[in-house]
Formats: sequence, C-alpha cells, structure tokens
Amino acid sequence: MTTAQAPAAALIKPRSARTASAQPRSISPLRRGDGRSGWLFLAPFGVFYLVFLIGPTIYMIVASFFNTSMVHTDLGSFAGFANYAEMLTRPDFWSAMWHTLQFTIYTTPPLVIFAFVFAVLTNRVRHGQWFFRLAFFLPFILPSATISLIWVFVFTPATGLWAYMQQLLGMTPGNGILANPNTAMIGIAIATVWWTLGFNFVLYLAGLQDIPRELYEAAAVDGASNWSQIRFITLPLLSRTTTLVILLQIIASLKIFDQVYLMTSGGPGISTQVALGLVTGTAFTDNRVGAASAASVLLFIVIVAVAVIRQLFDRSAARREA
Amino acid sequence: MTTTAVRPGKRRSYVSGAAPAANGARIGTSGKTFQVVSIIVLVVFAIIWLIPSLFALKTSLTDNGVAALGAQAILTHWNPTLHSFASFFQAGDIWNWYLASGITSVITAFLTVLFASMAAFALSRLRFRGRNVTFLLVILGIMIPTQVLIVPIFQMLNWMSLLNTYWSVIFPQVPAVIAVFIFKQFFDGIPAEMEEAARIDGANRWQVYWSLIVPLSRPVIAAVSILTFVGVWNNLLLPLFVLSNPNLMTIPVGLATVQSSFGQRYADIQAGAILAALPLIILYLIFQRQIVEGVTGSGLKG
Repeated sequence: MTTAQAPAAALIKPRSARTASAQPRSISPLRRGDGRSGWLFLAPFGVFYLVFLIGPTIYMIVASFFNTSMVHTDLGSFAGFANYAEMLTRPDFWSAMWHTLQFTIYTTPPLVIFAFVFAVLTNRVRHGQWFFRLAFFLPFILPSATISLIWVFVFTPATGLWAYMQQLLGMTPGNGILANPNTAMIGIAIATVWWTLGFNFVLYLAGLQDIPRELYEAAAVDGASNWSQIRFITLPLLSRTTTLVILLQIIASLKIFDQVYLMTSGGPGISTQVALGLVTGTAFTDNRVGAASAASVLLFIVIVAVAVIRQLFDRSAARREA
Repeated sequence: MTTTAVRPGKRRSYVSGAAPAANGARIGTSGKTFQVVSIIVLVVFAIIWLIPSLFALKTSLTDNGVAALGAQAILTHWNPTLHSFASFFQAGDIWNWYLASGITSVITAFLTVLFASMAAFALSRLRFRGRNVTFLLVILGIMIPTQVLIVPIFQMLNWMSLLNTYWSVIFPQVPAVIAVFIFKQFFDGIPAEMEEAARIDGANRWQVYWSLIVPLSRPVIAAVSILTFVGVWNNLLLPLFVLSNPNLMTIPVGLATVQSSFGQRYADIQAGAILAALPLIILYLIFQRQIVEGVTGSGLKG
C-alpha cells in the first residue's frame, strides 16, 4: 500500500492491510476485473445506503432552511436560518435538551456501576453463571413496548407493585412516580436501567475474558486478596470498556424516544419531553417539517460529535495496545 | 507479560470455566468469604431483576377484576387463568401484529445479511480503485443516528408511495452499516489462499462469494440475522409513524394503541406485553450464545 493512500488506509484495521500487502506486487491475472465486480457487489447495499441514509440526511439539512410542511410535497418557501433561530430560542427545545441530559445523568452511573459489579462477581462465581446471565441480560432483548407496559403497571399509583413495596418498607406512596413532574424522569430512568443493563453487563463480561488469568494467579501467589485483585487488576484493565460503555450510553440517551413515548408521552406537561419527542411532535403533529428538520440537524450534530469522540478514543486505545 | 499472545478481538469463548483461576486451588478463608458474599449479592440482585417480568407474568394469569385491585391482590391470589391470553387470540388483532412483525423482521434480516455480506466481500476480498474511500464512507455511516432521520425518511417513503406497506418498515432498516463492518472483519480473517485456489480452478467471483465465503461465514451470518431480526421486531419509532393501518401494525405499535384503549384491564395488558416478547424469549433460549456474542461484537465495533 502506498503512502499516498495513507489517510484512508490508516482507518483500515491492520489485519486487512497485511492481507493486502501479502498480494503479489504486480496485478495478478486473477485480480483483473475486480473493479467492475467490486462495484456490482457493492451496488445493492449502496442503493439502500444512498436512498435511506445519505438521501434523508441531505434532505433533512436542506429542509431545515425551508418552511417545509407535511401537507405539501414541495420544500416550501426559503426560510434561511429562521428555523434554527426559532428552535434555539424556544424554551421547550432547551427543556427537551435538559431532559435528555437529566436522563443521561440518572441512567449512566447505575448502568456503569451495577453492570461492572454484576459482571465481575458473575465472572468469579463457579456455579450458576447461566442463571445470572439470564436474569441480567434477558430484559435487554425485550421490546420497548413490553418493558413500558410492565413498568407503567409497576408504577400504578397507590395500588401498583412499586407503591406496595414502598408501603412494606414503611414509606408513604405518593400519587405515582410517573404522574409527578419532578419524579417522572426518575421512573423512566429506573425502567431503562432495568432494561439495558444487560448490554453493559455482557460488554464487561467480554472485557473480563481478555484479562489474562496469569495476572490473577501471580497476584494470588503474592498474597493479594480478592478485593485488591479487583481494585488493582480488573478495574484498571477494564477502563477501556468503561469509557466505551459511558460513551455508548450518552449516544443512546440522546436518541431516547420509545420509553418516554410509551410511559409518559413526554408528560406530565412537558416534564419528560426529550429531543426526539420534540422532533416528531413538530413534524407529525404540527406538520412543520422545516422546523423539525432544524431540531433534527442540531440533535444530529451533537450525536455525531459524541460518536466522533468515541471513534477517536477507540483508535487511540487500539494504538496504545498495539 | 511474556508474549503478546493475548490479542483484543479474539477472545476466549463464553465458557463458565473462564472465571479467574485465582479462586481455584489455593482457596483460602478470605476466598471463601468472598465467594459467599459474591453469591449473596448476585442472587439478591438477580431476584430484583427478575421480579418485574415475573410480576407481569403473574398478572397476566390473573383475572382482570382481581388485577384491578392492585399488586397485593395479584400476589396473594392463586387462581391462574389463561383468560387474558385467550381473549387476545380471539380478538384477532394479535395475529395481524405477529404477521407484520414476523414478515418485516425476516425480510429485513434476509436483505441485510445478503446485501451487507456482498458489500463486505467487495471491500474485503476484491482490489479496486475507490475501495478505501468506499470503506471510509461505510465507517462514517456507522455514526449516522438513523432515529434522528425519521422525518426525512417518512417524507421519502411518502414520495415513493410506500407508506402503510411492509416495505416502509423494511427498506429503511436494510442499510445497517454495522453489519458490513462485522462481515468485513470476519472475511478479513479468511486466508486468501483458499480463495485463490478456487479462482485458479476457474470459479468466478460470485462463485467464490456464494460457494466459499458464505458457507465459511455461517456463524457470523447467524449472528447478524438474529440481531437484525430482534432489532426490527423491537423497533417502535419507524413503524409507529409509517404504519397507520391497524391491520399492518407491528406488535410494538399495536400494543401502544392497546395501552390506552384497555384502561383498567391490567391482566390483558400484561398478557399483551408477554405475547410481544414471547417469540424473542424463545429465540433467546435457542440462540443464547449467538445473541450475546453478537450484541457484544456490535457494541464493541459499532
């Protein structure tokens, strides 16, 4: 591979670079015609990629500068930055952003800490691992509709399971966690932690498989207790997984929609309205595609920024390990 | 460390024996206490984690009248009935929902696996101008949050007159860029010699892909198929806005409508929640390893 291709080549995993350089230098007869077949093999995926990923992205950006409406098929009149100005000055846009941040703050610490503790302990018990994997991971594959129906029912005011538990613990159940604007987001966060913990749990378990057994054996020979093994071996060696888990959780939080729509519809009032709820409401209820597109672009930029940080982090971590 | 034998990416398989051996032969008193404490903590939390599902199951097997009285009544009432499930099946909607979810999930999984593996084959095994740029585009595509594109995707489907068809749920979910990435990584690990031998024997590129690469890739094909199936089955956002015909609704959308119209029929609602998840729970029990490894892989690479 020549140096001129370096920027693109640098993004390709070292393994493929090795395969490429293993090829004979001169174009082998077998390689002739690779080009045409290459594009043919790429074509079916490429068409869907362009029509349903790149196309909508471009349309979203264009429409954000127009007064596009749901009821007309054309773009409508040119609006300049008016849609952005509107969104950036609308209080409900900022409150949606704040609720998204709130959700991230509520869910990330328990999702990281519980997943880490459960994974480390599960990895160390010698019997019944399958049971803990099942208990912690199963909720993750359930549809958001199922988890929302379950948790709305658990949170039923006065007679629900949550209220019943509160009574057993001697607390006075209020008027329902989801019905109170101050606690509704906490209710959604509890349901979400229960639902998605399994994802982080298996990521940590995978990370634990990569820690060489010999490290623990050496530490045990030196008399290190279980606790100090976790503190000085497991915790630092899983720091890469932890950063990944946190970044993935931030990205997932920015895209949150299902639980909010199904559990509270953004309510009470707009106390749990999140970014994607605002986008769909503006587009499908107010029919204002242009304004919704501006909000989408803003959300898009934030998510891509976090995703870029994630990719940069991944690459620097991979380079450090190599 | 003596060698660099432990490489990221190639991890040991999920066997229970992979627990750190530190607790093995030289187990002391502190080791034993640790084991006991670990198990107690895990059991307590595992029970907490199972309670919501079990409570939903118990409720679904309770009479609607009893369920309306609240959690205490549900937990202390021992007279299981399948009435809620029966009424769901008799009402008939659930069959349409199952059909819609099944058709869209299977077709999307099939198209995604076929198209993504073909694209990955080109990116991994063929040498041509523009390949690196194309792969760069693929990597950039991973970062695009498709949920945020719901409004323009709706508009596109509207122009194509695809709204209220199964295709409106299928097509936008086919370009799963992460699938190309997963396939490419797997194909990169297949030795080039096998392919070259086949080519010298006169196989063309399609034959190499179809008769050599695809059979070798069964595990990764299974993983991507199952993950796509689960993802499409669970998707709410897209079908919620592109399907308004009740006969075409997928299960999550159907349930979202049920939630409001069922009111206090809690047993029926929980039966619906369980019916929506049932095919996935069965799938999970059969393909546990593929699902866990697939989820882990897509989390690490995506």
